[in-house]
Amino acid sequence: MNRVLVAEDLYLLRDGLVHLLQAHGFEVVAAVESGPELLRGLLELRPDVSVVDVRLPPTFTDEGLQASLEARRKIPGLPVLVLSQHVEQLYARELLADGSGGIGYLLKDRVFNAEQFIDAVRRVAAGGTAMDPEVIAKLLAGNARNEPLAALTPREREVLEQMAEGRSNAAISQHLYLSESTVAKHTAGIFAKLGLAPSDDDNRRVLAVLAYLHSRQAT
Amino acid sequence: MFGSALFPDTYGMLRKYGQVLALLALGVAELVTLASAFLCLLCVFGLGMVFLFPPQVRMARWVTGTARRLAGGSTGVVIDPPYLPEPPPPQPQADGLYRSHRTLYKTPRMPAWNDRWKWMVTDPATWRDLLWLLLDPLVKTALLPLLVLLPGRGLRVYAFWCELLLAATPASRMAGRLAHLNRARNLAVDTQAVEMRRIERDLHDGTQARLVALGMTIGAAERLMDTDPGAARALMTKAKEASAETLTELRRLIRGVHPPVLAERGLGDAVRALAMDSPLRVSVEVDLPHRPEAPVEAAAYFAVSELLANAARHGGAETVQIDISSSGPNLRVLVTDDGWGGADPSRGSGLNGIERRLAAFDGVMAIDSPPGGPTTVAMELPRVLPEYWAGDVVKLPRWKTATVIFLWSTSWLPLFPQGIVAGVAKALGSEQRSWFLALYLPEPWQWPCIAFMTLLGTAMYVVAATLPALHNREAYMCQNVPRHVLFP
Repeated sequence: MNRVLVAEDLYLLRDGLVHLLQAHGFEVVAAVESGPELLRGLLELRPDVSVVDVRLPPTFTDEGLQASLEARRKIPGLPVLVLSQHVEQLYARELLADGSGGIGYLLKDRVFNAEQFIDAVRRVAAGGTAMDPEVIAKLLAGNARNEPLAALTPREREVLEQMAEGRSNAAISQHLYLSESTVAKHTAGIFAKLGLAPSDDDNRRVLAVLAYLHSRQAT
Repeated sequence: MFGSALFPDTYGMLRKYGQVLALLALGVAELVTLASAFLCLLCVFGLGMVFLFPPQVRMARWVTGTARRLAGGSTGVVIDPPYLPEPPPPQPQADGLYRSHRTLYKTPRMPAWNDRWKWMVTDPATWRDLLWLLLDPLVKTALLPLLVLLPGRGLRVYAFWCELLLAATPASRMAGRLAHLNRARNLAVDTQAVEMRRIERDLHDGTQARLVALGMTIGAAERLMDTDPGAARALMTKAKEASAETLTELRRLIRGVHPPVLAERGLGDAVRALAMDSPLRVSVEVDLPHRPEAPVEAAAYFAVSELLANAARHGGAETVQIDISSSGPNLRVLVTDDGWGGADPSRGSGLNGIERRLAAFDGVMAIDSPPGGPTTVAMELPRVLPEYWAGDVVKLPRWKTATVIFLWSTSWLPLFPQGIVAGVAKALGSEQRSWFLALYLPEPWQWPCIAFMTLLGTAMYVVAATLPALHNREAYMCQNVPRHVLFP
């Protein structure tokens, strides 16, 4: 559960990530700096989780993203946490498209908050999702005209945001200083209002919410 | 039945006679202009009354302009004016004075006049106009029987004559093109300079200031570390927040300079990403076989971005359709929204900004926005896609092709057997006359004949080689100068 692969082309950041992960009990099996190396590492080492920068050599475009998608096509559900200097809904959608979970997409800034970052890494390793709050904010902004969403109470909306980022009920209750049963009540309310089938599995629940938001926006 | 078949023909006939009459009436104006031009040139170059020249040229240009319209309009031929582009208004120097050659003026009147004088005198089209004025009455008289008996054919012949002297030459098109390119370049450089200035200001006031504050906070925390660890920790938390804010701001700045998705994925996906971030319902169609050059992509991207923002902000739109496609080497972008309409480029500076951005690539924008909507904005960037260099070979007309083939297949005949080989045979004093034409001639004509044959062969080769080359260049220039840009 602890074998990590790090792909980042900037030496300082790569080193920092390796130290950060090691300090939290991960075993860094490889730290690579280019797209082809990353793909080889993902397929051969099959790490429990990978922390990948979107922009990597040799082309400095979206090498890291492509390598991750490619690897996940060959090994479905291979957990990958993608880091980027900017977040795009387009990329989030591509990462979530296969619907198999074990995916994360965060701004690089989130590394500043070590606990939350490590929490996200663990969540992805366990097959969950970790979406950047900015992606979720954009997603909700794109759904501004969506009527079921507009019917949510402010508190429910907060819970929805947290849920879409990939948090479990326990994590949401910690984050919003609510009791877990209150959060459970809110999530049940949200699912009823959006017309989604309730699910006990945290991960499947998150994917359902994200799929809902994406589908409503695309029409 | 008979009448209905006859009617359009009669009508066409009447129209043609009307045009002939108009041409003849113009002939009177020509004679007047010619007389005044003669007197005027005498006064200008004999007596130095230079102020008479510009009005005279304007008068001549009015007459030739009317002739161009009449002759062109009657036959469907478009005769473009050949004049060089008008000089730009004089710009004052730093001290507020206007400079013309070595003289300084307080007002722009004299320099402007000098520029105009030079423009008119040095333009060959001015003198070709005069030549046409001189010859046209004769041509009209000669063509009069034809114009009266067969007005259709007569008008065509007359249009051909007008085209000969009044049409735009490759040189004038080129001059116009250069003037346009100069303008576009200045505009592009200006826009870029403004943009750089904005980025510099953003970096200076935003990022740099934030980093200074960050450094100071960290410095303060360092000093407090031993004495008051609690306060130092609070400062460090603040520093962390400040660095996150700085990053957010930098990200915004980078997006404005060159959006990362555009660099990573190209125009199609960048516009799709834009559509997802828009509060409107946006459907995107992209059909591009190749990625255009980066600056072209950026221009198209920012244009679409501006239009989307406009549609959301002022247009009251709910859905937007974006269609990006290629037509040959041209890039086409079509943005349609269902808003209130009534968009006016003269009021919105955003639309002006798009036009400026597109102008650097000779791009044009057309807006159709009736009050009540829908608004359609069409943009076209000509010849920016890579296929431009692949196809698009200029085709020779048939007679030129035939000539070139004939020349290539026969030039060897005068050059080698009749020219060089015959010369060698004569120099060696060979008895064999064989089929060397020159050797059958009387002695004094033999060398000139050999020289002539050699020259003839060489000339044929030269013509065969230059004919397609010249055609390509002229045809290239004539076809590729966009009319709307030269003569707005």
